[in-house]
This record gives sequence, structure tokens and C-alpha cells, in this order.
Amino acid sequence: MGIVFHLDIVSAEESIYSGPVEFLVAPAQMGEVGIYPHHTPMLTKIKSGMVRIKAQLKDEEMIYVSGGMLEVQPDVVTILADTAVRSHDLDEAKAIEVKRAAEEAIRNRQSELDYAKAQAELLEAMAQLAAIDKLRKRKH
Amino acid sequence: MAGSREIRNKIKSVKNTQKITRAMEMVAASKMRKAQDRMKKARPYGEKIRNVAAHMSRANTEYRHPFLISRDTVKRIGVIVVTSDKGLCGGLNTNVLRKVVNQMRAWQTEGEEIEICCIGNKGLGFMSRVGAKIVSQVIGLGDTPEIAKLIGAVKVILDGYMQDRFDRVYIFYNRFINTMKQEPVMEQLLPLTDERVYERDDSNRKPRMAWDYIYEPEAKPVIDDIMVRYIEALVYQAVAENMASEQSARMVAMKAASDNAGNVIDELTLIYNKSRQAAITKELSEIVGGAAAV
Repeated sequence: MGIVFHLDIVSAEESIYSGPVEFLVAPAQMGEVGIYPHHTPMLTKIKSGMVRIKAQLKDEEMIYVSGGMLEVQPDVVTILADTAVRSHDLDEAKAIEVKRAAEEAIRNRQSELDYAKAQAELLEAMAQLAAIDKLRKRKH
Repeated sequence: MAGSREIRNKIKSVKNTQKITRAMEMVAASKMRKAQDRMKKARPYGEKIRNVAAHMSRANTEYRHPFLISRDTVKRIGVIVVTSDKGLCGGLNTNVLRKVVNQMRAWQTEGEEIEICCIGNKGLGFMSRVGAKIVSQVIGLGDTPEIAKLIGAVKVILDGYMQDRFDRVYIFYNRFINTMKQEPVMEQLLPLTDERVYERDDSNRKPRMAWDYIYEPEAKPVIDDIMVRYIEALVYQAVAENMASEQSARMVAMKAASDNAGNVIDELTLIYNKSRQAAITKELSEIVGGAAAV
């Protein structure tokens, strides 16, 4: 039995890998890093690329990540994988897109927040729901 | 028997409606299971990233991220409203929107400005009808929420916070409690509250003040990225929960609709039989009356 540490690879949408490993190689921003057990605590960004994992008594495994973060602690290593390719410009473009969509939607309508209208609309919906509820109760 | 044909037609149409609601109920039931799975799958990421954030906020003293610093004066508030894209899910959207409107009114009486980011078509429609200030919107998420679709909307809000356009950011969504119960909740997103950063972490791990990470290439960009991802993970989690809530609320609503249709059919059948019986009785008495007259 060699020394192992616990590795978790998680993305916001799912858990990709979890288990004890002997070492791993990840594509950090400054170049590839190899991590063995009892590595000093480290936090770095990783680029998109292959993460190589060597688990005990198993062949090396390769997992693709499209960037993310690598957190190293002496006996726990976590890779927070991105689910999409990220860069400052890409994020910016997405932000501009949603802003534009909102502006377009706003263009032709009144500017003041009409609470009376909001309240009336909600009350109507609530009343409808309450009526349905009552109707159901009466039936049983 | 003029009336009975009409009743028969009515029964047929209600039966067709019932078929539709029953089909929707079953679709919602199967989608609900998947939505719940996704909600659960999203949890580990949130927990891990929170642990990292907790370590970081304890360890790194030279740079404190703006998301962690609470501001004394609150002038402008950013609100993220998560709703469903489609209707027919009972009071789900109405409940959360009512909470939003009540809260907004309270804020506005205190003289705070509010800007809104809408995730989901129903909230967007409502908010633009009532004339709220919408700064960004995401609609058409489909059945699988993708974080890629949320990045832009979240960035608008985060940029707003960094540029002091907002002093606080809240998120509204439906928390999934169980299939029968969903609860509209309001949570503070920014600045990150202590409980968001430290929760759970302290119970099983003693703070170790002595160490800090080695940051590569530098502390600031790494911490910035972590924080942005943390917020995104929180928003994603909210969207995933809302989606699970949506499907289960729809399932319950459609089940109720199917049951109601069943009741209506029963009643109509009774009326139909009664009118048929009445017609027969009438005919018989006419024959008997006619025979007696002869």
C-alpha cells in the first residue's frame, strides 16, 4: 500500500471523480503540475486539458476538464472543474448579450414600477388558486 | 333527447382534457426525478467551493475580496428572480413573485433603488408588465439548467456589485422541500454572509490559522475566480432547486386537474342518466296515457 490522498473532481453540474489516488497531473496555468501526497497547500487555476490520475492498483486514467481551479491540501485535493470554456472575453460577450435582451424587452413599456398593477395581478392569480382549492375540498 | 346529446359531447370533451392533464402529470413526474437528481449532483461543487472560500477567508489576510466586505450604506439593491419558463404549475411562480413584490415595496419605501435580473420566462413577463427595472434576463433554460447559460446574467449582477451599482444582491427562488411542498425563499447573495462562508465547515474542521495557500500565479486573480464561481454555483443551485420545484408543483397541479376532471365526468354522467331516465319515463307515460284514451 502506497501513500494516497483523496481526490475530488467536481463540476457545478455533477461529481466527476471521487476516490483515493497516488498521484495526479493537472494542466495548471503556469504549466503542468504533478501532485503527490502531502503536497503543500496550493490554489491555482487550471487550463483546459487532460488530468492524469493514478489510483492504486489501477492504470492511469485521463479525465478532460475545460478549465477550473485546483485546490491542494496535504491529504485532500479538489478540482473544481468548469463546465464551459471560460475566458474574460467570452464571459463579457455573454453579459452583453443578456443585457441587450433585457433592454430590448424594456424599450416599449412604461417606466414606473406599478405596484397596484402587480398586486392586482397577483391577487387575481391567488384568488383563482384559492377557488380551485376550495372547489376541491368541497368535492371530497 | 336534445339535452342528452349536449351532455354527451361535454363528457367527451372533459375526458379529452383529462387525458391531456394525465399525460402532463406523468411527464412532470419523470422530469421531476431527473430534476431532483441534478439538484443533488450540484451539491458537492457548492460544498467544496465553500470550503475553499472558508479556508481562504481565514488564511489570506493581505487581500480581502469585495464580496466578503459588507457595506454600511445600502442604496441600490440587485435582485435575481428565479421562476419557471412555463406555467401550469399551480401557485409556484405566483408565490415567489408575491414575495418579491412585497419585499420590493418595503425596500422602495426605505428609498432604495432596485434592479432586477430575471431567470425564467414567467418572472420576466410579470416584471416587465408591472414595469420593474430589468437589467438582464435569461429565458428558455429547458429541462437541463446549464451553468453556461447563467454566466452572462450573473456577470451583469457581479459587475454591478463591483462597480458599486449595487450594494446588496438578493436571490428569490422556490426551495424544494419535498414533492408536496415548495417554499419561496429570499437569500442574500452579496455580500457573502458569514454563514454562507463558514457553515458546516467549522463543525468538522478546526481552523488552522498558521497556513495559507501558495497561489499560482498570484493571490488576487485566483481568489477573484473562486469567488465568481462560488456565486455562480449558488445561483445554479437555486435554479436547479427551482426546476425540481417546478416539476413537482406541476405534477401535483396536473394530478389535481385530472381528479377534478374525473369529478366533473361523474357529475355529468349522473345528469345524463337522469335525463335519459326522465325521457323514457315520459315516453312510457305518454304511451300509457294514449292507450287509456283509446
